[in-house]
Formats: sequence, C-alpha cells, structure tokens
Amino acid sequence: MIVAVASGKGGTGKTTVSLNLANAWPGPVQLVDCDVEEPNCHLFLQGLPAGEKPVALLIPQVDESRCDGCGECSRFCQFHAIAAAGGKALVFSELCHACGGCSLVCPRQAIREVPKRIGVVSVLQAGQMTLIQGRLDVGVATAPPLIRAVKACVNPALPVIVDAPPGTSCPVVAAVREANYVLLVTEPTPFGLHDLTLAVDTIRALKLPFGVVVNRMGVGDDRVQAYCRQQGIEIMLEIPDDRRIAEAYSRAELAACVLPEYGALFHTLRNRVLSRMAEAERNV
Amino acid sequence: MKIAFTTSGEDLNAPLDNRFGRAAKFLVYDLDSKTFAVVDNQQNLNAAQGAGIQAAETVVNTGANFLVTGHCGPKAFKVLMAAGIKVFNTQAAIVSEALRQYLDGKLAEARSADVEGHWV
Repeated sequence: MIVAVASGKGGTGKTTVSLNLANAWPGPVQLVDCDVEEPNCHLFLQGLPAGEKPVALLIPQVDESRCDGCGECSRFCQFHAIAAAGGKALVFSELCHACGGCSLVCPRQAIREVPKRIGVVSVLQAGQMTLIQGRLDVGVATAPPLIRAVKACVNPALPVIVDAPPGTSCPVVAAVREANYVLLVTEPTPFGLHDLTLAVDTIRALKLPFGVVVNRMGVGDDRVQAYCRQQGIEIMLEIPDDRRIAEAYSRAELAACVLPEYGALFHTLRNRVLSRMAEAERNV
Repeated sequence: MKIAFTTSGEDLNAPLDNRFGRAAKFLVYDLDSKTFAVVDNQQNLNAAQGAGIQAAETVVNTGANFLVTGHCGPKAFKVLMAAGIKVFNTQAAIVSEALRQYLDGKLAEARSADVEGHWV
C-alpha cells in the first residue's frame, strides 16, 4: 500500500503532510523521501541509522583500440550521451541514463559498462517509522534511477508514504508511479493553482487515483476550491494558515505531535485516504 | 576548406545566431568554390539535453573544417575538438560579416569553450 505526496509547486507542504500522515499510522510505517536532490524528512525524526549503501549507474566505457568511430552508438542514444567524432566515440557520462543500448548496438563490441556512483540510499529507524531516503551526489543530474533504487528498498508488506520531489517532470513520475493513491498538496494562491493544474494533468496521465490537500487555508483566494469543484476533484484536507505550524516546523517538530488538534486532523486524512484506496481497489 | 556558421536564415545576409547547440541552421560555406549549403538543426531546438553534442556531430558530418558562432559550450567544444574542427567566436550580426572577419584574419581561434552549458 503506497500513498504518494506530490505537489507541482515547491514549498506547499509535501514534507509536512508526509511526516504527519506517516505519524498518524498506528503501527509500523515506511516514509520514503524521494526528493533526492534535497531530502529533508530526516531533520524531523530522531532515530538510529540502520544502513546506507551507494547507488551506481552502469555507463559506457569505450575501448579505443576496438572503436572505429562508426557512430552506431551515437545514433542510438536518445540522450546524446555518446558522440562519434574524429574516428572515436566520446562519452558524456553525466547525460547517460544507463540503458545499455550503446553496448548492444556496437558492431565491434568496443563498449563495456562500468559503474558510476550517483548517490546513496540510507535508512533511519525512528520508533515505528522507518525512513528510507535517497541523496543524490552533488553535480549528478539524473534523479530517477536513484529514486527507483530508494523505492526498491521498501518492504511491500508494510504501508509506504512517499514524499515526492516538486514539479511534474521525470523525478516526480518515478516517485509516484506505483502509488495506490496520490495526495497533491497545494496552497490557495494563483501560483498554487497554476502548478496544481499541471500536477493534476500528470497524475491523470498516469491514471492514479488522487485528491487534493489545501495548505495554508486563509491566504490567497478560493480559486483552488473552485477549480477542484469544477474538475470533480475531492479536497481531502484543508490545513489552516496557522503560525504555530510554521513555528513547530522551524523547530523540526511535527504539528501533529505538539498541537493535538492537528493530530486529529491527520488521523482523519489517513482514514479518508484508506477508504478512497479501498474504493479504487473495488472499482478495478 | 569549409566553414560552418550558425544562422536562423538561408543565405549570407541572414542573421548570425550567437547560440551554437540551439541555432536553427548551419550555413556551410565552401572557401574553394565560394558556394554554400544550409543544414537544418531544428531537431535540437527543443532537445531537453545534449543539443550541443548533437549539433557538433551535425557540423562534423557536413565536413566543415571551421566553425564560426557566437558562443560554444564545453560538451560541443569537446566533440568539435575531437573531430579537429577549429572554433571561432564572433559578435557579427550577419553571416557575411562573420565571413568577412574570418577572411580578414580578424577572428582568433578559441582555445576552450567560452560559456557554460545551458547558458541562455
């Protein structure tokens, strides 16, 4: 059972919702921080490190004594990560998506694949909550393979909350892809609405059941609500614009832990998500 | 000997595009026959990544010996160097002006890329 928390716009409260929702689970739960370019869930949890492992991609290495510069590899690569010029093949490993195609199409078997580290997956055990986090190395641009490596570490028998990266591009798709339900967190502002519509298009294209969480209710206007009404999208939760939530966040505390009324709010959200997932299951 | 120019047009009076990877076209001028041909680079206008690399391969395949453009990033420069193509940076507004600068010996050969990737 996987619930993904995504947003479109950054800074709307994905981490707040992910942490507080995971905290609302009574038993063991896995929180998966897929925002591998700037993971931050660990800042809010106290626990014991339970392992860390490097993640590598297999990238091409050209044997120049075999390469005759024919360019088959370059014509095959959709990411222009390998170029043929001056009778040899040049590899741009930072663009490589590690599909291995170049080594397959090379007529002279001049290409072999070698590992290149892109980041780490680490695990933190904090009470009943297991945090699985990916951290991309500085300068690495390809987040999706690391996100997939992070997700490969989850125990499918236990519930999973995925904290997705912002935006609507490949890393978000990699993070939310296998989710049973997606929560899109937004704020009631023109920016929030604009990016929510992009996120809705993305999640609809993936054919995943989803609902909206409106954070900081009270700022901005009511256009997010009007949009959701018009599109038939359920608003799963509204979180008021409460300075105490921001203060708790700035102290790395969960609102649900220090403000009891929010603990109740996130229990309601959890129950609502569980029933929507059950309905989606029945409709399949 | 052939020189490739980056351009958005079809002839010597067309604007010189100061971008390399995402230039619309390359005008390839033959110094011996004083004729030119235009090669399309449209596929790279919307490329998410690797536009410079692909554009450099396109220039390599035209048989050009020199490239005259506004700016050239590091990956494209590496491919051009591997193929032995000399790069010249110019601020000329149109292709014929850049050609004139080249013929008058006013352009210095670039020793490295002069911008970072994705500089626009």
